[in-house]
Amino acid sequence: MKPRTIADKLWENHVVHREEGKPDLLYIDLHLVHEVTSPQAFEGLRMNHRSVRRPDCTFATVDHDVPTTMNRETKDPVSKIQIRTLEKNCKDFGVELADIYSPMQGIVHVIGPQLGLTQPGKTVVCGDSHTSTHGAFGALAFGIGTSEVEHVLATQTIWQKRPKTMQIKVNGKLGFGVGAKDLILALIAKFGIAVGTGHIVEYTGEAIRNMSMEERMTVCNMSIEAGARAGLISPDQTTVDYLKGRRFVPKGEAFEKAAKAWLALATDEGAEYDRTIEIDADEIEPQVTWGTNPSMGASIGDVVPDPESFDSEEKRQAIERAETYMDLKPGTPIRDIPIDVVFIGSCTNSRFSDLKQAAQVVRGHHVHKGVRALIVPGSQQIKKQAEEEGVDKVFIDAGFEWRQPGCSMCLAMNDDVVPDGKRCASTSNRNFEGRQGAGSRTHLVSPAMAAAAAICGHFADVREIVKVH
Amino acid sequence: MEPFQTFEGLVCPIDRINVDTDQIIPKQFLKRVERHGFGQFLFYNWRFDSEGRENPDFILNQPKYANASILVARNNFGCGSSREHAPWALQDYGFKVIIAPSYADIFYNNCQKNGILTISLDADKVDRLISASQQKSLHLTISLERQTIIGNGIHDHFDIDPYRKEMLIKGMDDIAVTMGYEEEITAYEQKHAIKS
Repeated sequence: MKPRTIADKLWENHVVHREEGKPDLLYIDLHLVHEVTSPQAFEGLRMNHRSVRRPDCTFATVDHDVPTTMNRETKDPVSKIQIRTLEKNCKDFGVELADIYSPMQGIVHVIGPQLGLTQPGKTVVCGDSHTSTHGAFGALAFGIGTSEVEHVLATQTIWQKRPKTMQIKVNGKLGFGVGAKDLILALIAKFGIAVGTGHIVEYTGEAIRNMSMEERMTVCNMSIEAGARAGLISPDQTTVDYLKGRRFVPKGEAFEKAAKAWLALATDEGAEYDRTIEIDADEIEPQVTWGTNPSMGASIGDVVPDPESFDSEEKRQAIERAETYMDLKPGTPIRDIPIDVVFIGSCTNSRFSDLKQAAQVVRGHHVHKGVRALIVPGSQQIKKQAEEEGVDKVFIDAGFEWRQPGCSMCLAMNDDVVPDGKRCASTSNRNFEGRQGAGSRTHLVSPAMAAAAAICGHFADVREIVKVH
Repeated sequence: MEPFQTFEGLVCPIDRINVDTDQIIPKQFLKRVERHGFGQFLFYNWRFDSEGRENPDFILNQPKYANASILVARNNFGCGSSREHAPWALQDYGFKVIIAPSYADIFYNNCQKNGILTISLDADKVDRLISASQQKSLHLTISLERQTIIGNGIHDHFDIDPYRKEMLIKGMDDIAVTMGYEEEITAYEQKHAIKS
């Protein structure tokens, strides 16, 4: 048999119907649902007297709108309706919901893997572009719109034109103080935000193999920021070890059998991709974005670029516009940019290892005067673990706000908003205009770099703060 | 979904690359549970200032583009968030056709599901449409059947996936179509013993 990529295997394993000249009809194994992109889909089902075909393959939580304050009081009446609507829809259609009081609640892309709902070999969809996160497990996972959410609820399938395959090979090792977030930001800065359009990307290479599952999730999470339809990593022992013992994962002998099948999904030796690009991990430095899309980034030692140094009028205009919005002058050293707010959280970087990394930087220091700093754990489970291990205390003692789980300031749909004209060092995934609040200015960084910025009041090289290897 | 007929309308150009869905509709408007009424929030942070006053410099606020129904944009239009509120807002505002050199995948699919025709056209042809529509009012007639864009001396042909074309022309309801494959879906579930 011809060697195949994992993308090929996953795709072929899920074709329900194939017909010349049409997209394939794919079976969906796991459908994750949240409050923002589902109300109109459930309403569509009601209007057409349809039911949810497989409530047992559907799992819901609240994350986008929910308050992260300790008392969890939703002040906004419109958000309240949206949250209530999901509760009612889940009840009416028999879908399991991890509501705001559930110990399973959290950001949908954090809890899926944490509960073991996400497994290698599955197709996973969610009405959220960062569904690509789940690809870290060797699942074919992609974001969909609300009409498609309705379609999956009703039929457990989706029509999909087969994307091309792309290999992103990450050679070598990441240096001290350089993490998964720096890698994915550097990659997008190098290849652009549309490099993956129309492709399923598979990350390969030494640096990827050396990563923990949480780091792999950070990389796959931002595949969409490179335009990719999905991001994937072939399962290996790291994947299997992570999943063992998780709530929805098979136990005992069934686990051993499943693990064997998972490992067999890995891309075959000699399989061909439609395209391959490469990057050297050794050359990557801690990253900070200075512009209004994730490709507009630089290393900590760099300066804000001159629009004139770009090769097309289109790009020059875009850079100029971005620098005006960000209120940055070309030539400004990245480390001289002062910050007002620090946000550590989001489906990209709110996992336990992210918090631990940030805590390691923060320990013994205090948040800089005038800086507001928030820690928003990705799930109740992470929050609990951090509190048990005293990680929360490191942050609280340093002057951070310790919050309840949710998407929070990544998209500021709740009250966690960056004020107009203020500058935020954020571990989230998008630095678009107004993303964290109208007029807000977002700089994307790793958790360690966000922590360093919180202490210094401006960007700083985390390698100079934490010198102990 | 309404079938897509031949369409005639006024062009409004958005002369920027990488317009993301956060710009098309900012997050504060995603809290509604309805499918309609999003047009008032389209490009909100570009159309209005922080006090809610119209920004006269933004193109949609210029009188000559009032009632525009064909949006011409640059590369990678609709990137970022999967929010279908973006095509809902465009449609509710009155846009029926979008022309750009390229689109982000999820946005492209979302438009299709709502009967919005997204035409991919070579960058130089899009360039011409943008300058023509900046100079004076540009009305175009789009025939999906013939795959043509005609008006003011412009006569372009566009490619489209035949299945997409058929779905748009017939205004087919995806779910009803898929329900026709019920037996195959059940057979798949049995064969693969799909368990939660």
